[in-house]
Amino acid sequence: MAGGEKELDEKYRQLDEIIERYGQQEGQLIRILKEAQDIFGYLPEEVQTYIAGKLDLPVSEVNGVVTFYTLFHTEPRGKYGINVCLGTACYVQGARGILDEFRRQLDLHGGDTSADGLFTVKSTRCVGACGLAPVLTVEDEVYGKFRRQDVARLLRKYRRREVTAGDQRAERPDRYPEETAPGH
Amino acid sequence: MINGLNDLIDIRKKRLPDINARREKPGAAPGWQVLVCTGTGCTSSASHQVREELARQVQLKKVQARVFRTGCFGFCKMGPLVVIYPGQTLYCLVKKEDVAEIVEKHLLEGQVVERLLYEEPASGERKRRLSDIRFFRAQHRVALRNCGLINPEDITEYIACEGYFALADVLLNWTPVQVVDAIKRSGLRGRGGAGFPTGRKWELAAAAEGPVKYVVCNADEGDPGAFMDRSILEGDPHSVLEAMAIAGYAIGAREGYIYVRAEYPIAVDRLERAIAQARQYGLLGRRIFNTNFDFDIDLRLGAGAFVCGEETALLRSAAGERGEPRPRPPYPAQCGLWGKPTLLNNVETYANVPVIIREGPAWFASLGTENSRGTKVFSLAGKVLNTGLIEVPMGTTLRTVVFDIGGGIPEGRQFKAVQTGGPSGGCIPERYLDTPIDYESLKQLGSMMGSGGMIVLDETDCVVDIAKFYLQFSQDESCGQCTPCRVGTRRMLEILERITQGKGEMEDLNELEELSREVMDASLCGLGQTAPNPVLSTLKYFRDEYEAHIRDKRCPAGVCRALLDYVIDEEKCVACGLCARECVAKAIMGEKKGKPYFIDRQKCLKCGACLARCPKGAIYTA
Repeated sequence: MAGGEKELDEKYRQLDEIIERYGQQEGQLIRILKEAQDIFGYLPEEVQTYIAGKLDLPVSEVNGVVTFYTLFHTEPRGKYGINVCLGTACYVQGARGILDEFRRQLDLHGGDTSADGLFTVKSTRCVGACGLAPVLTVEDEVYGKFRRQDVARLLRKYRRREVTAGDQRAERPDRYPEETAPGH
Repeated sequence: MINGLNDLIDIRKKRLPDINARREKPGAAPGWQVLVCTGTGCTSSASHQVREELARQVQLKKVQARVFRTGCFGFCKMGPLVVIYPGQTLYCLVKKEDVAEIVEKHLLEGQVVERLLYEEPASGERKRRLSDIRFFRAQHRVALRNCGLINPEDITEYIACEGYFALADVLLNWTPVQVVDAIKRSGLRGRGGAGFPTGRKWELAAAAEGPVKYVVCNADEGDPGAFMDRSILEGDPHSVLEAMAIAGYAIGAREGYIYVRAEYPIAVDRLERAIAQARQYGLLGRRIFNTNFDFDIDLRLGAGAFVCGEETALLRSAAGERGEPRPRPPYPAQCGLWGKPTLLNNVETYANVPVIIREGPAWFASLGTENSRGTKVFSLAGKVLNTGLIEVPMGTTLRTVVFDIGGGIPEGRQFKAVQTGGPSGGCIPERYLDTPIDYESLKQLGSMMGSGGMIVLDETDCVVDIAKFYLQFSQDESCGQCTPCRVGTRRMLEILERITQGKGEMEDLNELEELSREVMDASLCGLGQTAPNPVLSTLKYFRDEYEAHIRDKRCPAGVCRALLDYVIDEEKCVACGLCARECVAKAIMGEKKGKPYFIDRQKCLKCGACLARCPKGAIYTA
């Protein structure tokens, strides 16, 4: 696992850069944690301890911040993070049903990550694209006007790794508003 | 580098022809200007591809045209949006494949591509000019004045629109007291929630003692279904920076912080660019306009906690701590960020400030109603034809917003209610649609202005379910410090859960009301104090719907799953058997290619899997 270690070293090197950049400024703990999460994919105990040490803060304080905010997570996640927007506009257009459908199809009971480690499904706060409701994001891509019926297709698409940057609109063609809202 | 007013005037002179072309004023620059929206809605529908393709083809075919990116036009439903000047032609739902036709027909031959124009749903008429579209006609854009007009990543375009002139004027000609006075006289109230008079807030911060003070901008926007602050930050970030500098001068602060959600990556990116440009031009930093005034701004990231909309919680979070609110007094004006006097306003509040300085407080006060001056931005969403971002004078009626600007309810359905103010607000039924929108009248109806989220509900939305949704949100987002909020909302949620499961009793309604009052009275901060609003307002206006759930075990809107029966439409069923294969409860019976299938009500778990699977849409809920 020499390769893995090397990779980990590189991640800590990146983290050091972030701490160097923001560590001297007051009140940048959240920023540092966010960047750390982007680097490591999540915030394991070791990383929290490392940051606390570097910033000369009690680990308990760092952990207190990590657990307070929904942006942070302390468990590893699937390769593709699926975030179903549960903002009001999405909710009234049936986002709950979409979330349920993902959980059902991926057989998620209790956890958020599928057994094959490919998908992590979570609900998220308002994405701010209410005109496209219901909306979900897969990593950085936004899928608007999504329907419960589209869930299987989306999962298939990522499973086949056929995703290309230009597909997000094609995934859900212009059928709304002729159709009834999903989940109803 | 800008040292004085003349440098600012020079930049404006240079860039004004471009802006004049977009405002259709004399002195316009020649050639086509193609504006592509880069707001979140349009970006989410791949507007960047449209923009790149436009730029590529314009260059390839040597067309006399320039392509610009702008902030949100507001007409999010029809994105990606492209507007072409001269002519103010609006193209909707533009795809990459449409670009060739636009370049060929519009930019080379000067003809309009009819099929991409907006079609008014009522008349079927295709509207060419943006300003002819009903959605835009009743609007009055003050806070959004530059959104969709300028390139938010180019400071010179902001300057061409009189940007930073208010700051120059204030620094060169006004005393701090005069600035505070102007804000007071304008009648501006906080656009973030409760509507506290902004001038009064500035006055308190100015009066606070101490060598170090801070100006903070609340750009957290945690309301589900609200994106007006996001659109301003993305479409016109300099207006916020300019206003914060003006505020800094007025109260005697040299540092400002923008507390912005990490979940808004475009907004964070544009703010960072804007701050860098403003520093480069000398509009932030030391000795601004060659005066003795120093002011700089930095970002602090929020990480997704609704309670941080509460000012004392926000300030703690901006300092990198857990965002837990504390009792007031002391107010932030005395004891804020790092214990220093702090002025805290919301994005939209700040966006109004430069205009108030430039046009005068009297002009601003002439808009709106007696106690609610100016305009308000709303994010209109839900069951309404034209979803998007709108700005109207205070006092505009809900009906105008929903039915005129919003275009009414799609699919010929019945309007049920409009939800304003997010988790702190409530549902307003049809009979109050002619209420003029202002802080007091919404409050009187048991709702709230809040930050300006407006969600339209139709007959297929269950108000009990909506109340449950908001309460669940408040429950999740409670910081947990005080028991009434933490436990009280949980007990309320349990009751609502019971009701939607068909296990409610009539006494539950009284208990809900009682608990609501207790949570409101005893909670530490605004989150708990307003969390029961969605429950109380729906109980007040839609009690019969609660009663139907309890007494008849029926959900009239057809939403609460436990109360529904899943039925197969015999006419539509083609007996493909897919539903039966999907059913884990083995509740669906039939013979492939035989007679229509049917669902055994006794065995059905009401999971809805069959409904999702049916390719013919033959399964429905009753």
